[in-house]
Amino acid sequence: MTFKVAIIGSGNIGTDLMMKILKGSDELEMGAMVGIDADSDGLKRAADLGVPTTHEGLEGLRALPNYKDISIVMDATSAGAHMKHHPVLVADGKQIIDLTPAAIGPFVVPSVNLNENRGESALNMVTCGGQATIPIVHAVRRATDRLIYAEIVASVSSLSAGPGTRANIDEFTQTTSRAIEKVGGAKRGKAIIILNPADPPMLMRDSVFTLSQGGDEAAIRESVARMVEEVRTYVPGYRLKQDVQFETIGDNAPLNVPGIGRVSGLKTSIFIEVEGNADYFPSYAGNLDIMTSAAKAAAENWARAHNVEAA
Amino acid sequence: MAILNKHKIYVQDVTMRDGMHALRHQMSLDDVATIAGALDRAGVDALEVTHGDGLSGSSFNYGFGSHSDLDWIGAAADAVEKARITVLLVPGIGLADDLKDAYGAGARSVRVATHCTEADVSRQHIRVARDLGYDTACFLMMAHMTSTENLVQQALLMESYGAECVYVVDSAGAMLPADVTARVTALREKLKPETEVGIHTHENLHHGVANAVAGIRAGAVRVDGSLAGLGAGAGNAPIEAMIAVFDRLGIQTGCDFTQLSATADDIVRPLMDRPVRVDRESLMLGYAGVYSSFLRHAEKSAGDYNVSTSEILVELGKRKMIGGQEDMIVDVALDLITARKAAS
Repeated sequence: MTFKVAIIGSGNIGTDLMMKILKGSDELEMGAMVGIDADSDGLKRAADLGVPTTHEGLEGLRALPNYKDISIVMDATSAGAHMKHHPVLVADGKQIIDLTPAAIGPFVVPSVNLNENRGESALNMVTCGGQATIPIVHAVRRATDRLIYAEIVASVSSLSAGPGTRANIDEFTQTTSRAIEKVGGAKRGKAIIILNPADPPMLMRDSVFTLSQGGDEAAIRESVARMVEEVRTYVPGYRLKQDVQFETIGDNAPLNVPGIGRVSGLKTSIFIEVEGNADYFPSYAGNLDIMTSAAKAAAENWARAHNVEAA
Repeated sequence: MAILNKHKIYVQDVTMRDGMHALRHQMSLDDVATIAGALDRAGVDALEVTHGDGLSGSSFNYGFGSHSDLDWIGAAADAVEKARITVLLVPGIGLADDLKDAYGAGARSVRVATHCTEADVSRQHIRVARDLGYDTACFLMMAHMTSTENLVQQALLMESYGAECVYVVDSAGAMLPADVTARVTALREKLKPETEVGIHTHENLHHGVANAVAGIRAGAVRVDGSLAGLGAGAGNAPIEAMIAVFDRLGIQTGCDFTQLSATADDIVRPLMDRPVRVDRESLMLGYAGVYSSFLRHAEKSAGDYNVSTSEILVELGKRKMIGGQEDMIVDVALDLITARKAAS
């Protein structure tokens, strides 16, 4: 069977997510599109495509005749709004997939830890930069004995960063840093975000720098390549832009890593490019695409698990 | 907080912040204390002390600092009697929370810096800074990359969030005096009278001091410089020369340029492991309009991959890379190698 999905948030992310679900999913179908602005492009588009809509937020969704049929609610609003939505949705028995940085439920990165969080009533999708880089952090972690430090730099085009991201840029860096540690497996994580206004807009770029001990270059290279293929199963435009680069940090010239102190090891640099699928936003916005693709993958995984239980 | 003396120019030193770029963020606490004490005695209003890329800039991407920001800030704060300790914060790199820790260590003034078209990422940091009681100024970096009209709009956003001063920041050292005049004049006209305008210059086209003068003549009341020009690229306006020029022009600063030039030569110049000067690499930064801090990273990649520094810098300019995108330097070097292999 397929499960009905409601999306809260009719901005860029919510609308792109809706287009992906409408475009084709064996497990999901659109049950409702929820916004707070009746004139938003997302709500208009949903109505044109025959998706039930409301511009009265969560209460509007709960008043829809088909609310009881909706199994999964995907929240693409803001961390602040999600804090209010979460308890109501839990009380109503909905499976929550949270695309905001609220981080109430466990962090989920599909290629890393989807199955171990299957039983959770709320899943958090970290951040776009986290979705693009944590798989790589984890790939280095699993190929080495110790991942001392991992740092990511996410560069996105200015046009693809909405007002929510801009007003709360610290939420991005803090949430991503925490997830680099919790999901990626680094002892210490750091995230940096850059908004680049170049015209024509640049594709999303992500650089991952790690400092590890134990394990060899060939194993890291192979693990990263395998992980890139894994991510490409749900984000086709995800690719390794350059060969993986290595530099040995010797005991004679250790790095002074914040929170760790003087430390040596192997520095690995990995350069990623993410081209979006242009389902709603143009292809340069790989940051939106990887977020909505990951959320869709998480919802489909949940649906498959429940179909197995039902069978 | 108002400026200390509104009848004179507010002189902000950046030797221990922008200068960190030139030393790859390796500066001892003793050197910080010595330099801070000397600047204080020479009458400088404020000293910026942070990793070159601001609070929490210590990283693979920008270079790990030899010490933490808080240790550097503390060393400077202990060494001064009158001067304010300033910090830099670049949203996306550092956090609003870092401002609390820096205040605890002795910082009382902040510059919140964004790319010249992205002012709206600074709101939360400006508000936190004001609430903490910081003197709160803002940087519009790489100001040559946008129109004067747009720069004004971005400055107005920062003012609306609570900025007490907005700087025109020539991060690439790409401006000439007329460019500075146009931008500072426009900001001075459109911002509220109580909002100050500042000017931050680099020497890449050898116009650091001339641009500072142009900024002041157009209405800027805060100006940046550093001892011996210690700063990214070809460095900042050398503060000792800038003050000497101001003296000749009758621009009042309260600073003693002879003391400054002694500290520049006796203390700061010997720290340089690469001369800070206009040379073929740093000149290219100014000519191509590239972020000055890319210089030393580009030189390292040029050595690692056997490509030319200038070629890397020019390509970064073509790609319209902005401040903070140091990760793209290795990417460009690898692309240049690929292109070379394809051509041969």
